[in-house]
Amino acid sequence: MTNEILSGAQAIVRSLELLGIDVIFGLPGGAILPTYDPLMDSKKIRHILVRHEQGAGHAAEGYASATGRLGVCIATSGPGATNLVTAIADAYMDSVPLLAITGQVASTSIGTDAFQEADIVGITMPITKHSFLVTKAADIPEVIASATLIATTGRPGPVLVDIAKDAQNEKTEFIWPPKVDLPGYKPVTKPHGKQIQAAAALLQESKKPILYVGGGIVRSGAHRELLELADLIGAPVTTTLMARGAFPDSHPAHLGMPGMHGTVPAVTALQKSDLIVALGARFDDRVTGHVKSFAPNAKVIHVDIDPAEIGKIRFAEVPIVGDAKEVLTELNDLLGKELRGKKPDYSEWWSFLNGLRERYPLGFTEPTDGKLSPQHVIKRIGELSGPEAVFAAGVGQHQMWSAQFIKYERPNSWLNSGGAGTMGYSVPAAMGAKVGQPDRLVWAIDGDGCFQMTNQELATCMINNIPIKVAIINNSSLGMVRQWQTLFYNERYSNTDLHTGTDTIMVPDFVKLADAYGCLGIRVEKEDEIDAAIKLAIETNDRPVVIDFIVGRDAMVWPMVAAGLSNDEVQYARDAAPIWDGEE
Amino acid sequence: MSQHVLSLLVEDRPGLLTRVAGLFARRGFNIESLAVGVSEIEGLSRITVVVNVEGAPLEQVTKQLNKLINVIKIVELEPDSVQRDHMLIKVKTDAATRSQVLEAVTLFRARVIDVVSDALIIEVTGDTSKCAAFIKVLEPFGIKELVQSGVLAMARGSKSMTEKVIK
Repeated sequence: MTNEILSGAQAIVRSLELLGIDVIFGLPGGAILPTYDPLMDSKKIRHILVRHEQGAGHAAEGYASATGRLGVCIATSGPGATNLVTAIADAYMDSVPLLAITGQVASTSIGTDAFQEADIVGITMPITKHSFLVTKAADIPEVIASATLIATTGRPGPVLVDIAKDAQNEKTEFIWPPKVDLPGYKPVTKPHGKQIQAAAALLQESKKPILYVGGGIVRSGAHRELLELADLIGAPVTTTLMARGAFPDSHPAHLGMPGMHGTVPAVTALQKSDLIVALGARFDDRVTGHVKSFAPNAKVIHVDIDPAEIGKIRFAEVPIVGDAKEVLTELNDLLGKELRGKKPDYSEWWSFLNGLRERYPLGFTEPTDGKLSPQHVIKRIGELSGPEAVFAAGVGQHQMWSAQFIKYERPNSWLNSGGAGTMGYSVPAAMGAKVGQPDRLVWAIDGDGCFQMTNQELATCMINNIPIKVAIINNSSLGMVRQWQTLFYNERYSNTDLHTGTDTIMVPDFVKLADAYGCLGIRVEKEDEIDAAIKLAIETNDRPVVIDFIVGRDAMVWPMVAAGLSNDEVQYARDAAPIWDGEE
Repeated sequence: MSQHVLSLLVEDRPGLLTRVAGLFARRGFNIESLAVGVSEIEGLSRITVVVNVEGAPLEQVTKQLNKLINVIKIVELEPDSVQRDHMLIKVKTDAATRSQVLEAVTLFRARVIDVVSDALIIEVTGDTSKCAAFIKVLEPFGIKELVQSGVLAMARGSKSMTEKVIK
């Protein structure tokens, strides 16, 4: 059988089709033009034309995070490629499977400072799992297949494929499947049996254990196995910002989120525990606070598919390299046999933690300036939308409140920029999620600052029939920065006023802006209008909806462990530290 | 501060050296020396890195290097492994000092490879301490130029680092 002769550009499209890619977010330009020609004829791939390449990157991330599949974005050389950089960095920090394809100037022009030339492979080297520069059409199938494999296996992450324009134009024999030869890439998924035994033993010795659940559980799809483990031993669970939804919020063993804005019970449970079972979590500084004083009496069982995460920040008595799903399956099997239906006795631990839960539940005070309470607005969005919806947040106060006050019951329902903290993530990410899961209700919960960074994608949503709902938690300022200025900079509000509130010059007016994009724009200023607006947004599916919630600007995110401090110094509210009940 | 010698077996791909060097810079690891060249297997190169470990433990260095897709294998070489530096030194000489310099060359089993009236180029091979000692001896005469290969290293015995890698 003879193989078909294709152009490099056709080979790119064909390879993506054969790998099962059904959606690409992108924007064409000179160096990627050859590929956009066959892309137009593809029956299998839907290309969504964004308004800015950063939007393509975050949309691909949102698609990947909501579906668990590979997200793909495409851009031209030079500025097209550099506009993807933020999204690539974001995907790297949060382990999102992302394939970024960029056009490059012709191989004969590389290195000459040609028009729209940028060394995007060099630029993205520190923020990609791997990258490829392709200068020959014949290499395309192998490179695309390898890139896809690398992005989606092991610890997922972004892979960049930069393809010279002449390689896209060159004719080549298309051979499929290609030989994928990656001798240096062998992710370990199956855990070491001895370590599983050691983990099971420690869990049965422990009096004060806690399951510290990270985003790895979501990426691995190990939520059922996690639930099984929690029920098997009856230990408390905390889910990090990246793992919200990995364990049901309605489960009685769930203490909520740990970290800088975690619940008092979760922060304290980690701090006072004698055994931390870290599952796909990486002891991020926002979780540990001051590392040396973090959980001083705890031993650590650390499960991660990336060996480099184990021991990076905190020594692990029991290191387990493997895929969370396989590790938990084996651990559950062993514990099931050893426990024979009996649970370890953690009763004293639970009575301590339950006391904290009673005394320090999550809460908020109503604003005194007559504006809406942002926490209440977000809470109602969650309650009226239900756990089957998807919630994508930007970065800042509204993100923390969304993590705190929406109740998550399933993985992949909460999308946010955790590691990188990328303002502007939510609108394009929600767009990508809605494309991947058109039957779900998808919210972008955004701040007035974040929204102004990427709201141009409302045009993409409108034109391509992607009816997302945007809730702007509009406090007319860069709220989280303002909160820090209130707390640590003597209320000197340097450059945090955005003038988007109703009692300001209102630039821009978000309702008019929504209207300009053909979206339904709603402004909500009174508490009794909140539910009706949310319901109207949920019912409106012929176009995107933007709700401008005018909220109080002095609302703050609590609890809080100030940066660099020990978790022992968690503040329940301003100047209110919890009392440890004479515990030590 | 402790020094370790790592031997890396890597795929010979464009940008590989940038990936390795960039990783050291990004993660705050200190490179003492780095030498690259082909191995006995086509398409594979060997990198010898001498790394100074202070903040980050060596384990973090090797784990991060292992995450590079084109890195196939990493071995930390024992202190008793064969470790050699290669050095070229241009030393000022004149009629009065030449014989003393040549005496040092003989003592260190070095070789003179270029001679002009007022200078010599000397090559010397040896472990890091021998090279350092040689420099010290020549310094009083005036070192005009010095280049060093960086440490090349190999484990002793008949085993090869590439043995289990060849398919």
